[in-house]
Amino acid sequence: MLAVKNLRKDFTMFICEGKKIPSFGNVSFEVGASSLLAITGPSGAGKSSLLKCVYRTYLPTEGEILYLDRNGGTVNLAEADDWVILSLRRNEIGYVSQFFHAMPRVSALDTLIEPLITRGGDAAEAMDRASEMLSSVGIGKALWDMYPSTFSGGEKQRLNILRAVITKPRLLLLDEPTASLDRGYKERIMNMILALKEDGTAMLGVFHDRDALTCLSDARYEMTLGEYCEIDRELFL
Amino acid sequence: MNEPFALSLEGLVVRHGDACARCTRNPDSFQRNRCPDCGSIWAARDISLRVREGEILGIVGESGSGKSTLMRALYLDTETVSGSYYLKSYRGGEEDVFKVNPRKRKHIRDHLLGMVYQNPHSGLRMPYSSSANVAEKLIAAGNRSVASMMGRTNSLLTHIEIPINRVKEPPRNFSGGMQQRVQIAKAVANNPPILLLDEVSTGLDLSVQARVLDLIKRVQREFGVTMIIVSHDLAVVRLLADRTVVMLDGRIVEQGVTDQIMEDPQHVYTQTLVNSLL
Ligand SMILES: Nc1ncnc2c1ncn2[C@@H]1O[C@H](COP(=O)(O)OP(=O)(O)OP(=O)(O)O)[C@@H](O)[C@H]1O
Ligand SMILES: [Mg+2]
Ligand SMILES: [Zn+2]
Repeated sequence: MLAVKNLRKDFTMFICEGKKIPSFGNVSFEVGASSLLAITGPSGAGKSSLLKCVYRTYLPTEGEILYLDRNGGTVNLAEADDWVILSLRRNEIGYVSQFFHAMPRVSALDTLIEPLITRGGDAAEAMDRASEMLSSVGIGKALWDMYPSTFSGGEKQRLNILRAVITKPRLLLLDEPTASLDRGYKERIMNMILALKEDGTAMLGVFHDRDALTCLSDARYEMTLGEYCEIDRELFL
Repeated sequence: MNEPFALSLEGLVVRHGDACARCTRNPDSFQRNRCPDCGSIWAARDISLRVREGEILGIVGESGSGKSTLMRALYLDTETVSGSYYLKSYRGGEEDVFKVNPRKRKHIRDHLLGMVYQNPHSGLRMPYSSSANVAEKLIAAGNRSVASMMGRTNSLLTHIEIPINRVKEPPRNFSGGMQQRVQIAKAVANNPPILLLDEVSTGLDLSVQARVLDLIKRVQREFGVTMIIVSHDLAVVRLLADRTVVMLDGRIVEQGVTDQIMEDPQHVYTQTLVNSLL
């Protein structure tokens, strides 16, 4: 479903005389349907940057990201035009960020059904599905009409994951999805991810959490600091 | 024109002031937008732009970079030196709307485009009542029935949260945020497929700004309107826009998916712009 070939990402800091800050390089792997590839490696190896390149929040410097879309066509996400990317994000590719960005003044329930509605889903059906999912991860009715910006870290993260899972994406990118969850909810969220995977979703994940890593991943790809370790990353980050 | 584009602009050039031989021959021969020989301002220098149906496009850039100039050109409200402009909603995008006669231009502005100006004074007649301001748009679109017009006007104004007992008041009595909302009501009065919003929420305090943004999102969601939004506030653009265009000195220097522009800008100017907010 996804084949990454010789991917490399450097950041060019035009402000500092065009200084190049390498993030990662020489990354190649494949992920098939119904499987999760865990990206491992030390802090600073570029794990989150890699996910962001696949989602096109970052523009890769070199290499290919070949994605097999729903219609059987191959799209190189590294250089596909913006509208193709936006349409894939809407319909096929989900991303769970490390931190949740709440939309101001949108209730939890609306935040969750929005991705379904923008895909042209039926509002009543979306509402049913969303209510069921919220309850199943312990976000009770009392919270549905509240703004997620008032939620606890764990509640925000659960909502964040539901938002990506609710549309049943074909490719799901997970950046530390279980980081701020306590044990009980973590298990429910992991089961949800497993169910989605069984349904056919290909996944790419970064996990700090050992349990999540062992329980969810089918294979691992180790990223190293490699040639880049001498760079003072603090400067950029 | 390609099917899915609601709007397509090619090679827009707008100049203020009389040009000299130098800048007429080569408007690219100077860095900023002002010709050093004759002082004419080249406010838009070869701008091309495509917007898909239902898309929200954000436009950012420093003061004087030509954002409002571009918006006025898109609203057929300024003279252009060159360029062509196609709207899918006008003859399927077969005819350059910069070249249509004044009667057709008026039709396009009344039916196919809605505009919210940066300065409410450009968009509203301040001494007239708010309902008259909105009704003017409806009349322009051929509405003759007083009753239906009143109904529509009042429903629009209450939709944007102007209390019903204040709709007869002129906008000059209103706060900046209320004036902007009256402009929005006027802009959407005839359900245009394209909405142009120039700094709608700038200068408003945060809670009013949130309400204006809410309103914009609701309009977009309910009617699938195509929108172009200019804002100084990158957070506003980040919140609303699918794609973002960055302008500098009358040109587009970069464009891309909004989060890519914000998190991985590829142009030195955009990097400065994004970093100045950290
Ligand atoms: N009527 C005019 N006569 C002369 N110059 C003008 C006129 N209108 C605009 N300009 C000039 O054109 C350039 C672009 O102006 P414009 O209003 O489009 O900028 P902007 O990007 O909207 O700025 P801001 O962010 O401050 O609103 C500026 O240099 C401005 O001074
Ligand atoms: Mg302006
Ligand atoms: Zn000149």
